Amino acid sequence: MTIRQMPALETRNLNLHYGTNHALKNISLCISENFVVALIGPSGCGKSTYLRLFNRMNDMIDGVRIDGDVLFNGKDIYKSNLRVEHVRKKIGMVFQKPNPFPKTIFENVAYGLKVNGISNKKFIEETVEKSLKQAALWEEVKDNLKKSALALSGGQQQRLCIARALAVEPSVLLMDEPASALDPLSSAKIEELIYELKKKYTILIVTHNMQQAARVSDKTAFFYLGQLIEYNDTKQIFINPKEERTQNYITGRFG
Amino acid sequence: MNGSSTLLPVSETTESNRSRFSFNRDTYVVTREKVVHVILLMCALVSVFTTLGIILVLLFQTLEFFKEVPLLDFLTDTQWTPLFQDKHFGILPLLSGTLLTSLIALSVSVPLGLIIAIYLSEYAPPFLRKVLKPFLEVLAGIPTIVYGYFALITVTPLLQNIFPSLSGFNALSPGIVMGIMILPLVTSLSEDSLRVVPKGLREGGYALGASKLQVSLSIVFPSAFSGIVASVILAFSRAIGETMIVAIAAGQLPNLTANPLQPVSTMTSYIVQVSQGDTPYGTLAYNTIFAVAITLFIFTFLLNIISFRLRKRYFSSGGD
Repeated sequence: MTIRQMPALETRNLNLHYGTNHALKNISLCISENFVVALIGPSGCGKSTYLRLFNRMNDMIDGVRIDGDVLFNGKDIYKSNLRVEHVRKKIGMVFQKPNPFPKTIFENVAYGLKVNGISNKKFIEETVEKSLKQAALWEEVKDNLKKSALALSGGQQQRLCIARALAVEPSVLLMDEPASALDPLSSAKIEELIYELKKKYTILIVTHNMQQAARVSDKTAFFYLGQLIEYNDTKQIFINPKEERTQNYITGRFG
Repeated sequence: MNGSSTLLPVSETTESNRSRFSFNRDTYVVTREKVVHVILLMCALVSVFTTLGIILVLLFQTLEFFKEVPLLDFLTDTQWTPLFQDKHFGILPLLSGTLLTSLIALSVSVPLGLIIAIYLSEYAPPFLRKVLKPFLEVLAGIPTIVYGYFALITVTPLLQNIFPSLSGFNALSPGIVMGIMILPLVTSLSEDSLRVVPKGLREGGYALGASKLQVSLSIVFPSAFSGIVASVILAFSRAIGETMIVAIAAGQLPNLTANPLQPVSTMTSYIVQVSQGDTPYGTLAYNTIFAVAITLFIFTFLLNIISFRLRKRYFSSGGD
């Protein structure tokens, strides 16, 4: 049942401080390849901070201190000589609020390729089409690629952001509450998409929506006050959690 | 009620006093608010009436001028010599002088200002920005007369080392100095526009593996573009209206030329020249300054409107 393989992502004894605030406490966690892992927990529990460790998005915040190991395919992304741009290219991210650039739909998806030095026009066009198809947006926008991305609906914008992240061919996708700013229909589309994407990508998703976590993820990690309380198969977490705090949270008794 | 209250027991007296007091206090507050409202309204109207007054005076005097000089001559004649025997009233030399000095100023302040703005908003650590910004804003506080003499006695001789054919009065030197003067305007407004670009857009760029320079130039800068254009237009308008620097260092010689090494006169410096000279009030020569002034006014007014529109559009759509 347990297949031993190198985890795609892993943290060992990870501690993170914002100034004097100890935001993540001694977190050790392995995430296997092509798994969808949901990070749940009440607001301020550190799950977003944990997610943003993996593409070094916390670097831009003043006063952040990180101790411990953050491994991507066995390599420490902070201590080894991996360039931060390279890490971010391999570990894509979709944000809570859709953040398309004020450019055309095409340019949005092509942006990641261009900043990574790809200029082959044909390749870019093919990749844009492929990525939009993967993000289930192609049919809706294929005749309007030159239109501003800001003219799309919120749900379309979020799928555009997913396409944009996929275009640079990452192996991991970090999703920070990707459906929380969307209406239920768009939200359902994003979920379907995650289901499709997990065939090819390792996905880490932060969510406040328990049903969503239960539906899309293989494993679930429950964070509380900067600590990892419980990490197990999603079924186990939702049907038979070992920790009382997990039980209380998923049944809505706090958080 | 006032008289009877003294006969009442102590507790009731204080009760009724309190209610009377609060009633008086309410009317007092209401009246005070009304008085304050009227005073504030009057203060606001002062600026409206001043603007209207200036426009009316300009219009009236300009009409006097155009009774004697045809509008077509004013717009097409290539000479401006109202103070000479052979009078010509072509605004073009003054217009070209104004545009020449202003464009030189812009070619200094726009590239430099934008680089500084990008540095301050995207690169500079917070403490450095705190130090640099006040220094930059000091530039806007230097009296323009000081800039004028700086242009005439320092910058011009320096430039003459590079361009030996540069005359003592010229468009280049005051143009450059004016560019330094309007630098804070470009920098400050552009930086504001850059800083309100949502953090999410920057993160979106970084998350795709873009470097800081790429994010700054290909995401933040285009997102702030209309705000930046607005700041440049405002700086342009300020340069066109600038008087002292050009009056002192540009030569006050109406000259239809695009050569920055020659002396020129701008619309503003011509007005200074006439209003301080011995041209008798009410003569045609004197009225020229109103025609020039209204031309200047139309220019700066239009530029300010364009700038305002752009800024409004930017801050209502992009600055989320």
